[in-house]
This record gives sequence, structure tokens and C-alpha cells, in this order.
Amino acid sequence: MANADVIVIQGSNMAEAHPVGFQWVMEAKRRGAKVFHVDPRFTRTSAVADAYLPIRAGTDIALLGAVVNHILSNELDFREYVLAYTNAATIVSDDFVDAEDAEGLFSGFDPTTASYVQDSWQYAGHERDSGSGHTARERETAAGLRHESHGAPVARQVQRDETLQHPRCVYQILKRHFARYTPEMVERVCGVPREKFLELARAWTENSGRERTGCLIYSVGWTQHTVGVQYIRTGAIIQLLLGNVGRPGGGVLALRGHASIQGSTDIPTLFNLLPGYLPMPHHARHPDFDAWVDGIRHPGQKGFWGGARAYAASLLKAYWGDAATAENDFCYGHLPRLTGDHGTYQQVLNMIDGKVKGYFLLGQNPAVGSAHGRAQRLGMANLDWLVVRDLFMIESATFWQRGPEVATGEIVPEQCRTEVFFLPAASHVEKEGTFTQTQRLLQWREKAVDPPGDARSELWFFYHLGRRIRAKLAGSTLPRDRALLDLTWDYPTHGGDAEPDAEAVLREINGYDTTTGRPLSAFTEARDDGTTAIGCWIYTGVYADGVNQAARRRPGHEQDWVAAEWGWAWPANRRLLYNRASADPQGRPWSERKRYVWWDAEAGRWTGRDVPDFEVSKPPSYRPPEGATGSAALAGDDPFIMQSDGKGWLYAPSGVLDGPLPTHYEPAESPVRNPLYGQQANPTRKRYDHPVNSTNPSPPQQHDEVFPYVFTVSRLTEHHTAGGMSRTVAPLAELQPEMFVEVSPELAALAGLTHLGWAHLITARAAIEARVLVTDRLVPLAVDGRVIHQLWLPYHFGFEGLVTGDSANDLFGITLDPNVLIQESKIGTCDVRPGRRPTGTALRDLVQDYRTRAGIVPGAVPPAVTPGVPVEPPGPTGDGEGNP
Amino acid sequence: MGLRDRLLGWPVYRQLTGTDPLGRGAAARSTRSAELTARTQDADRVARSVCPYCAVGCGQRVFVTDEQVTQIEGDPDSPISRGRLCPKGAASRSLVTSPLRQTTVRYRRPYGTEWEDLDLDTALDMIADRVLAARADTWEDTDAEGRPLNRTLGIASLGGATLDNEENYLIKKLFTAMGALQIENQARI
Amino acid sequence: MADPPHRPTAPAQSSLPAADPAAGAGWVDAPPRMGFFTDTSVCIGCKACEVACKEWNGVPTSGLDLLGMSYDNTGALTANSWRHVAFVEQPRPAGHGTAPVAGNPTGGPAGPASVARSADTVTPTGTEPEVLPGEPPAAARTTEFLGMPAAGPPGRTGSAEGRSDFRWLMMSDVCKHCTRAGCLDVCPTGALFRTEFGTVVVQEDICNGCGYCVSACPYGVIDRRVDDGRVWKCTLCYDRIGAGLTPACAQACPTESIQYGPLDELRERAAVRVATLRERGETQARLYGHDPDDGVGGDGAFFLLLDEPEVYGLPPDPQVTTRDLPAMWRRAGLAALAMTAAAVGAFLGGRR
Repeated sequence: MANADVIVIQGSNMAEAHPVGFQWVMEAKRRGAKVFHVDPRFTRTSAVADAYLPIRAGTDIALLGAVVNHILSNELDFREYVLAYTNAATIVSDDFVDAEDAEGLFSGFDPTTASYVQDSWQYAGHERDSGSGHTARERETAAGLRHESHGAPVARQVQRDETLQHPRCVYQILKRHFARYTPEMVERVCGVPREKFLELARAWTENSGRERTGCLIYSVGWTQHTVGVQYIRTGAIIQLLLGNVGRPGGGVLALRGHASIQGSTDIPTLFNLLPGYLPMPHHARHPDFDAWVDGIRHPGQKGFWGGARAYAASLLKAYWGDAATAENDFCYGHLPRLTGDHGTYQQVLNMIDGKVKGYFLLGQNPAVGSAHGRAQRLGMANLDWLVVRDLFMIESATFWQRGPEVATGEIVPEQCRTEVFFLPAASHVEKEGTFTQTQRLLQWREKAVDPPGDARSELWFFYHLGRRIRAKLAGSTLPRDRALLDLTWDYPTHGGDAEPDAEAVLREINGYDTTTGRPLSAFTEARDDGTTAIGCWIYTGVYADGVNQAARRRPGHEQDWVAAEWGWAWPANRRLLYNRASADPQGRPWSERKRYVWWDAEAGRWTGRDVPDFEVSKPPSYRPPEGATGSAALAGDDPFIMQSDGKGWLYAPSGVLDGPLPTHYEPAESPVRNPLYGQQANPTRKRYDHPVNSTNPSPPQQHDEVFPYVFTVSRLTEHHTAGGMSRTVAPLAELQPEMFVEVSPELAALAGLTHLGWAHLITARAAIEARVLVTDRLVPLAVDGRVIHQLWLPYHFGFEGLVTGDSANDLFGITLDPNVLIQESKIGTCDVRPGRRPTGTALRDLVQDYRTRAGIVPGAVPPAVTPGVPVEPPGPTGDGEGNP
Repeated sequence: MGLRDRLLGWPVYRQLTGTDPLGRGAAARSTRSAELTARTQDADRVARSVCPYCAVGCGQRVFVTDEQVTQIEGDPDSPISRGRLCPKGAASRSLVTSPLRQTTVRYRRPYGTEWEDLDLDTALDMIADRVLAARADTWEDTDAEGRPLNRTLGIASLGGATLDNEENYLIKKLFTAMGALQIENQARI
Repeated sequence: MADPPHRPTAPAQSSLPAADPAAGAGWVDAPPRMGFFTDTSVCIGCKACEVACKEWNGVPTSGLDLLGMSYDNTGALTANSWRHVAFVEQPRPAGHGTAPVAGNPTGGPAGPASVARSADTVTPTGTEPEVLPGEPPAAARTTEFLGMPAAGPPGRTGSAEGRSDFRWLMMSDVCKHCTRAGCLDVCPTGALFRTEFGTVVVQEDICNGCGYCVSACPYGVIDRRVDDGRVWKCTLCYDRIGAGLTPACAQACPTESIQYGPLDELRERAAVRVATLRERGETQARLYGHDPDDGVGGDGAFFLLLDEPEVYGLPPDPQVTTRDLPAMWRRAGLAALAMTAAAVGAFLGGRR
């Protein structure tokens, strides 16, 4: 980051949410880099940026698409990079119809499932091998997440036009798709003055290319939208066109908000994944081990997923040890199967419906931190039992006693049957283990002291819970208990509390040779014959040579800036992914200034400042032989080695469920009619038709004027997420002691709000109150001929802790991105009124009054396709169940 | 203490006879001030740790004296953070030593109106029983067409983004073997 | 041995040379005078300084009140807040000068000498500006400042017409550790003393809570704690710097807004910095408290500001409240000498 010449921060309030990481932005700025901040609100990041662009929340694709248009219409792309390293030259099928030509829907839309059949999106000549066909099921299983580490499958040989003139080559399609995304349109859609936009577009393009690189930074300001994945894709398209991927000072950097949130997707606690992004098997699609493995590696594909069979077999071997043999498909039969969406929001709705018996909360506080807090609390009030493991008595443990629904009479303690176990947890200094930070770096923490009283680590809790469960099942002959009884579950323990040895677990994650016990050094050692056991193949190497590589702490000032001997980064301790792209197709650095990894012809190997993200001895001139598959099929100038064609994807023929190209859709709740397309919102967004989940009307639906304002929520530097680790800590609580809402002076005048007075905000879900901060940091925006007022709230507050307040997340409903099932909780519509909210049953009456006025029928979801948009049903390709 | 010592120790004497006739500096320094040391210098041990808040992964040094955490500050060796911390990271000692921390198991029985105490071992046993009961009640061997499902949708879990990789590994491993699919964390949120 | 030393009959320190207050306070072979340079142009208002200070010094909480002063809920430097981050939301008249946000670059590298010296603390503190670990020196400043027009303020067009440019200033305030310290001058008990580092520290074992110092501070820094009556303020982490460590606030500061080091060197660095900012169009950039000839003889903790001091709540021309003391002392000299003799007699007699 410090090597960047321009830094664009959008969808992130980095100075506030990641202050220490922000030192590197300041470092770049000190060296002359220009820093842009695009945000609905002037924040502490904006205060030190060179330029701030206020934007209407939820319109980032319109702005970024206009940057793409600026690049293409002025031919400012880094042509040599684009030609060699992206799919710009690839020819797309004749059948493809762009959203530009169909009111915002791409070809292949199936109105019955509100999802796409992707055959027409494929490269020319490969219309039938999209590998996914109908995508309704992909959405249910958040299949997009699998692509965190690798691209979606694509055919072997593709037609290319190296002149980029073919009307159906990706470059030209891209150009046509974004042609209407002009500076004028940015002004109309986003409320960003065109001169400001051009300032950004010029600085970004002028500071990219052979000699210069630019860096794009986002956080959950992008992900928490119904089009979140496409926001990021638009950013990635810009960075690919400008040659800013795989090079120092470049990249699309996601700043994640939790100490090990990256680790918790790598070694997932997610319903649809197993460690190392292996998919949880699906009941219909993966009847046996071979079908499952082939579904991952796509036989004949290029790239490193060719080794999927070895990674999968090694995982099962790590799970089931001696019981897992090649003959029994390594106990593949023990794995549970997906049938659809089992995500956290579906779970909560199922809790309300009485389908879930028990719930574990492990350092998480959904009563405050998840969208639609009331649904969360009502769900928890309808369980048989709930286990809360936390440092503090959080709202999710006390909802039955002190929650807002107790005040409204919706939860009556004497009638609430949920049995609650609160188990105190060990803090980060009371246990040892690794966190994986936002750039995939694993760092080992040493234990400082023993946890107090009954407090224990999760490692202790789950290890001993597992032991007890297995003991209780000992002797069972039920087939369903085999998976538990066969499990390898014999970790060494130490101390009076019998704490499991975290290093022993890390060793299993790293993987070992099952015949000798030797820890493996690289995932290339993985075998599919049962001779290797690997808990998470992408982490192989973290325990290479029997040494805890994550515990390495050679001081930063004793190393070069890459600091390769501090912790361990996956994969293979590589700090910058796809760094082969930092050299030109012949393997030479693009420029001296941006030298990073290059081909040393004399030594016959790749070398440089980082571990090359490429087969180290494969020369740039290598061309795969006919019929090659896996990594052997990647040419010496295919830098994107986890992509199935080795190229960076400007256009995604598959893998993204809501379109091969990003398209501006309005948020699920918006006061503005989509100025670009007849289609208002993402037609494939995940909607839940449950009585608890109402959506405010948006144009062209009637009554949208009932909720005239846009609100957005985010973090403050002084607090952390749902507040469980900050509202409980005195020196932090006093710095931001009360829930507040920020409004512009204009809105304050309009709505009758006074500085430091009270206001309450109302949506179809809830009404919450907050103190008013009137500030110039929020401004009304002129959008499409009208004035849009935006409000901002911190989401940290709840009813427990040293400082308390209503929860902003109560305002949101549940509508999700189709790719990864992340909720849209960065934007909604609301009304705001002066004074405190009503209490008791009057509170629900107020919300009901708004729902009535807005014509909201409980359980009715807004239409996926905006009325009036013509839908061309797809050919007879799929049945929505994924069966051809 | 003899008279001489007392005289020599008296600030006014030091003031009148020493280099600080005005009594504003060297002569005014109290014994406590003279003996002051940084408590981190006397720590029994220092653990190298990582900040538990956001995902930047700033290095922390945890100073321990008499089995108490006496200070947590940035680790200057870290190439990521270079010794710096944000307000949350800087408050880490207050976090781990907060008087609001719960250190005993609490139990709320169905329809209860108050918390009760519960022994940790008993709690663990009760939870194991409830897991097995929920699993038995909601177990699905196969779907309608006889294809294997091997699962329970009666158990759900949320959390993990502030937990260690090793912990998440055991959580996923145990739940998967249990047939519990509905395991989620902050990454979805 | 907490007997209050008696006040001598001699000129107050106000008349002593400003350069080396430690030597003037009887320290022989004192280390260089240490201080803070707080560069507000890179402050992100995170308040890590406030928290790190409280964590190290065990400063109690200062109250859970929402003040409505932008993001400042601390309010002021008090006995319970030894660092205080001020937030100034500043609408500016339309057409006033250059664009504020764009003209806010972060400056060129400091001189190699000062970099080397600041790197010379016992532990690498991370507060050396401009130096990336292991980075070749040529790395600094590789692009030209483009000089584009500022982004101004959020949405100053359309409906918000007529509103002016906006900027958000942040500043971490702290005790100034004055060269001529009014608090020290008036302290009757010797609780306040000048350390060998030239800083001004309250000794909690001596302070009797008389409160004379409170009104003597031209900055309103020193303050009594309600529950124990004694006065408390920044010690510049006397215990840490004595051990060769960096004060807690400076160690934590993510963006090097707070820099700690020998005062001479900080002044040199600050001069370079302010020149760079002005060169880049930040015409209002200025130093505050750096001048040994000002009304307090220069501050041990000085600042780079982006506007008038009043904007940040700082007095524009602070004067040591005891500036007339020297004359008064001369007049009172003889009488005081006599009293001292009497006190010696009383002491020796009393202990016999």
C-alpha cells in the first residue's frame, strides 16, 4: 500500500475502522501519492484525504462503471497487460444479450426462480459448458464464496481477437456495456459533481501503468449490499484494465473487520464450505466422492484446482484417520449434505418458525450485530436451548430478560422457554493460537496468563464437548453416530484444566504424512491415496519442518519491506497474490520502479522480493502441450494461476450469479427510480417471504414517500462491532458514550431536529431513538432533479454494557446478495421524527401505522423483476434444481 | 536514621547546598519520583500477541507481573503495525481485566426470570445431552428420493471471526461429524 | 521525607535562560530536553493517545457524557484526561483561500540527522517518521503533487449552494511542559518539579491539593481531581522515558501525529514540515509553542496547526502568569532569607 501512487478508498472508512493500517496510506501520501475518499459521509478518512467525493449510498457501480468508461473511451488501459493477462480478447457467445439491451436483465433470466441460466454468457463455442447451467441452487448455497481462492471453471481453448476489434470480444462488450456510464450519469445517479468525478478518473488513470500503480481499498461498505459482489468486480475490472493487479502498490484490498475473519472463511465456520474452500457436498449433485471431487476440479481444467482430489482426500483423512480409506472413499459418506440455503438468516427465520432446537453463539452478538435485530431476538426466544460463549454478558444472552421485546410485551420471560447457558470465554491473552489477518497472514499468539474462573478457550470447550458426546455414544450402532465415533479426536492436553495443545491442532491443519508423521511443507505434497492428512490444504507450510512458522517474529526493521519472516501467509508464505503479473509476458519487470518478481533467465527460475506466485521454474516461454490439464495447462505468461484460464476476468462467463458484468441496480430499498434501467433492483437478490420480514416500498412501487430518507450505518473508531468488546470497556465507552444519528443542517431544519435533542427513525421493521448530531459532514445530494437526504448511525449500541442505546441494525430487513448471501445492511430507507420513540406496545403500533400507510402486507416480498421489464425466458436448459 | 542522614535528605538542605538552590528540580524530586520505574521493565514475562479487534493484525506485547496483565502495548517489531495501536487495541488491558467480565457459568432455566449459578462440568454435560437430543429429534438420514443427507437442521451456530484458526478447525470438525450444517460466522454478516 | 521544601529567595525561573530548564533546576549532566511535537495535519482523531495514556497511567474515567462537540466527548484536558483530542468542524466562507482538504499533504522527509537521532531511542518505537524499515532511501517522494483543485466539501453544489468549504480539524492536546512554567513557580510544596528531561511533573506523594497551580496555568491544563483533591496532568510518562521508552501516547499514535524526542530535534523537524506544507499550499500551517521567545519561553510540547490557535481552543499569546514574580522576589528577598534561617533552626531543633 505504501508503494501506491494513487489510493482510492471507497466503501471503507479506513482511518476510523483500521487506524493502524491507515499509517500505510499516510506513508504513501507522504511520498506523494494522492488519496481519494468516496463515501456518503465526510469521515475521519475524508478529513486527511486529498479529495473527498460525497456519494449517494448504493450507487458505487454507477461511479466505478463511469471510470471504466473513461478508461475505455479514452483508451487509457495498460494495453500490453490487458492483452496478455486478461480475457479482453476472448470472444463471447453470439447468444449473449447485454443488460444494456434488455432494460437491465442479461440473457438467460428465468423469472420463475429469479435467477440466470448462464449458457448464453459463455465464450463462443462453449455455450453448453458453463458448468453451472441454472444458477438458482448456486444462490441457495452461496456458491460464490468458493471462488474466494479460485475462479469459476471455463473451457480450455477460446477464440481470441488480439486486435480487440471483434464486436463480441470482451473488450468491446465491456465498452458498450458501460458507454452510458458517463460523468453526467454519475452526477445524476450518485449526486457526485462531474468535475469531482473527472478529478478522480484522471488521477486514477494517470497514476497507473508501467511506471505507476494505484490501489483500491474497500470494506463492508461494499459487501453489505444486494449487489455487493458486483461492486468489488467493478473495482477489479478497473484495476485489471489499468494493470494494477499483482503489482506492488496495486491491488483491490479488502479490509476485514475482525481479528480472524479471514481465517474463519479459510477454515470456515460457514455452512457451505469445508476447510480450504472445499464445498460442503450437495445431496443431489455430489452423490459420491468422485462426483464431489469432479465438481471442484472440473476435469480438464487449467490451474491448481486440478489437485482437488488430493486436497479432499487429505481433509477426510485428517477428519476420520484410520477409518478413512481409499476403499470407502475416505468416509465421504460421513459428510452431511446441503439441500439449499442454510445460512444464518434462513436459520433465524427457521428459529421463529420453531424448526431449530439449539443454537451456539461463539463470540458473536446477533441481537445487536445482525440485520433485523427483532427477528434475531424473536428467533432466540423460540429455541429449546441457547449456548452463549463470550467475555461479557451480551444482549444475545439477556434478550429474554432485558431486550426491547420484553418492553413491548412480545417476549414474556415467564413464557419464554429458551434455556440459556452462559459460559465465560478466555480472552486473546489467555490462550494460544493463530489469527489470520486481512492479508492472509497467520500470526501466532503466545498465552500470557490463565483465564479467570470458569473462563475457557473455544478449543477447550469443543474438545471436551466432543469427548463427552463421543463417550455418551460409545457402543452406539446407529449409522449416524459413525462419523462421531470414527473421528480423530485425541489431541494432547496440558495444565490443570486439560487445555488442548493448539500447536497439535495447527500441525493437523498443516497436514502430515500418515505413514511417517512428518509435517508437510507444501500443498503440492498432498496425495489422494490416503498417505497424507491435511486439515486445510491452503495452510500447508505453516508447520513446515515441524516448526510453527506463524510464530516467526523477526523484527520488521531487520527485514526488507515485504517482511517475509514475520508470521506466515497462505498460500506458501506469499505476500502478494498473482505476483507473476508484476513482470511482463517475457518475465521482465514492467519497470524498475515497480520491480517485484521476475524471471532470472540464467538461473532458470522466478525470483524477486516475494515468493513467486507461479511454478518457480516454468519459463515465460512455456506453452502447454495439447491436452494438458491442471497447472501444466497454464502457459508461462498466464499469471492468474487459480483462474481456470490463467487470465484476469474483465467479463465473468460464470461464477457470478447476477451477471457477467456489473450493472447499476438500486438498493432493495431506495427512494430513487433506477435512472439507468427499467429494472429497479438486482433481480436475483435473495428475498425472504416471511411475515417478520417486511421491505419498504421503492419506486415504481407506490407509497415509497412514506420512507423518504436514506440511512446508512457503520463503525466508529472508538467502538467494535456490536459493542461487546468496547461498550464494556471504560476507556472506550467514555469516548462515544451514547447512540446518536448524524443529520445535515438542512434535514434537521426539514424534520424539526435539534442538535443534541432526540430523534427516532422508523422503518417497516422497527423504530429506534438516538441523540441528534447536526453536522456539515452530511449533505443533501442533488440526484436526478431532486434532493436526497442521507442519515448516518453507528451500529455499536445495544442495551447491555457501560453505555447503552437502541440498535441501528434493528432498522434493517433481510435481503441478501445472491452470490454470498451477505445482507444489505449499508442502506435502507426510513422516516425520521423529532423526539423520543414511544415505549411499550405503542412502539409496535407506530411501526404498524407506518406499514399500513406504506401498504406493506406481512410476508409479501417486492417483485424480483420490476413490472414492465420484458422477460425473455431462457431456452429449455435447466429445471431450477440444477439438473440439465 | 541519624541526624546527618536526615539533614542530607531534607529537601531544604539539598536545595541550599546542592545544584538546585531554587528547589524546583533535582532538590525537589521526591523519593517516590527518584525510585520510579516503568512497570514493564519489572514484568515477570512478556507474551507476544496480536490485537483481538480488527483484522489488521497489529502486534501486541502483553506484560505480566504476579500472573496479572499489567500492560498491553504495541509491538515495535511488527512490520504491520510498527508498535502502534488504535484506541481499541490500546484499551486491550482494560478489555481483558474488565470488572464486567463474566468469570462464572450462568444458567437461565426455561421460563426462568433470573440467572442461576451452575457448575462448569455440569453445564458441559447438560449441553452434551441437549446436543444429542436435538440431533436425535431432527436427524435426517436421506431425502425423499433416498439420497443421503446425514444431517441435523436442529442445531445452529454463529461465531468464529474473533476465534483462532485452531478453534474454528475443531468447531467445524466436530459439528460436521455431528451432521450439524448450520454453522455460520461474521464473515456472512 | 515529604517535608515541603521552603521557597528560596531567588529570582523565579522566568529569568533563567530558556534553552535548558533542567540545568537551571539543578540537574548536572542532564539528558537533552525531551518533548512532544504534535503534527495536527496528520491526526486522524482516533484517540489512541487518550486511551494509551489512561491505560499506562491508570487515569480514571472522565465521564460518560455525549457532549455534541463533534466527536469530542472528552471536552478538555482535565485531571482525568491528560490527552484530549479536539475536533473542529469548520465551515469556511466561500472563496476563502485554497481548498483545505487537498492542501493537506503530509510533507517530505525530515533531515537525515534528525531521523537518525530519533531512531536512537532504546527500543524502536515506530515513531521515526519517513523511514520504512529496510526501504532504500530513494523511496521517498516519487510522484509529483498534482496540484489539482480540492475536493471540497461534501456536496457544495446544487441544493447546498451557498454553503462554504468544509474541513474537519483534529488535534491531540496535552500539557505544554512550559519552559517558564507558572504552575511550578507557584507550587508551595515542591510537588511540581522540573525533571532532568526538562519536563514538568506533579509528584502525587507531595501534592497537598492547594490548587494554586490551577489558576497559574496559562493553558488551563492542570486540574484537581474531585475525589482526592490533588492535581494531575501529563507527566510526559516520566517513568517510561526514564527507562528509555517512548511515552504511551506517542508510542500508540498510528499516524505519527504525536512525535516524541529531543526538543531541539523536534523543532528542526517541525520547521521542515511546516515549510513543506506551506510550499504545498497550506498557507495557514503554523507552529505553536515552538518559540523560545514567546510568553512562556517556548513549550516542551508544541504543535503544528492548520489554523489560528483559537480555532483549536488554544490561547493565541500565552503568558506565564508569574512573569512579574522576579521583581516581587527581589523585594521579598531579605525577609525570606531570614525565614529560611529560622526554618533550618526549627528543623534541626524539632528533631533533636
